[in-house]
Amino acid sequence: MPHLSRSLLFFLLLIPAPKPAPDFSRTALDGTPIRLSALRGQVILLNFWATWCGPCQEEMPRFVQWQQAYGSQGLRVLGVSMDDDATPVRALAPKMHWNYPILMGDARLGRLYGGVLGLPVTYLIDRRGRIRARLEGATDLPALEARIRALLAEPAPK
Amino acid sequence: MTLRPALLALAFLLSVAAPAAHAQSGSALTLTPAVQIEPLDLNTILHGSAAKPLILQVGSKVLFAESHIPGAEFFGPAAPSDALAQRVAKLPRTTAIVLYCGCCPWERCPNIAPAFQKLQALGFTNVKVLHIAQNFGQDWAQKGYPVEPAH
Repeated sequence: MPHLSRSLLFFLLLIPAPKPAPDFSRTALDGTPIRLSALRGQVILLNFWATWCGPCQEEMPRFVQWQQAYGSQGLRVLGVSMDDDATPVRALAPKMHWNYPILMGDARLGRLYGGVLGLPVTYLIDRRGRIRARLEGATDLPALEARIRALLAEPAPK
Repeated sequence: MTLRPALLALAFLLSVAAPAAHAQSGSALTLTPAVQIEPLDLNTILHGSAAKPLILQVGSKVLFAESHIPGAEFFGPAAPSDALAQRVAKLPRTTAIVLYCGCCPWERCPNIAPAFQKLQALGFTNVKVLHIAQNFGQDWAQKGYPVEPAH
């Protein structure tokens, strides 16, 4: 095997493969049952947030826009509130005009997703159910949108 | 003292005081460096032989359940409104106490300053706030400092 090919193969082997997103089931605040694995074939933006998190509320309107703009291409946004109870989340609904499911998270789900110890935390999950990005803190929204568009361009699994 | 060093000293003092002067009441920016303790320093204290401070987490209950500093007690907004006052009621006012939150970036934290002000109002004189610049994950857990439950 030529030297260049061997070097390229060695390099490719060093790149860790994307890990499967841990599956979970929750009932959204509107009563819709959500199971992550049932969304295979779609691109998932999984956003951990809370009502007391200013940066979280600042970016969510953009997520609403993206759900509207890219939903037909297979984008599904899921919001996971890390509030201590649903009361303030329901109170926020009229202001946020969520067009995507809002689930209540907890410590178990946070640990399942590598530790959610500060907010916001946003995951991008590809059509094959693999984690392709974990973004902590206030996000570079244009860059995030570009990554979403790239994932949407990937073919769905057969 | 010559004029130039004096002006530099004054400029430094103003640069430290200015953010606090313009910060809204309840903002973490009102907490001067004098009442802050850095994660590295608290970690050093926790591993040392001297008496440990009372550590109180004053942020999210869910995040506390997920991970917190060993021995820390939860007194965030989800706790009853008088819980903090009841917890410290019988403590000497010179008790060493460290408050922390770590929910979000320091300047955006809605919890740490109100808790500090509450303890000040109760007469406590030896209270520090853990300066968590970004969040508890990045500035404590991911640096390998102790947490429980253990990861």
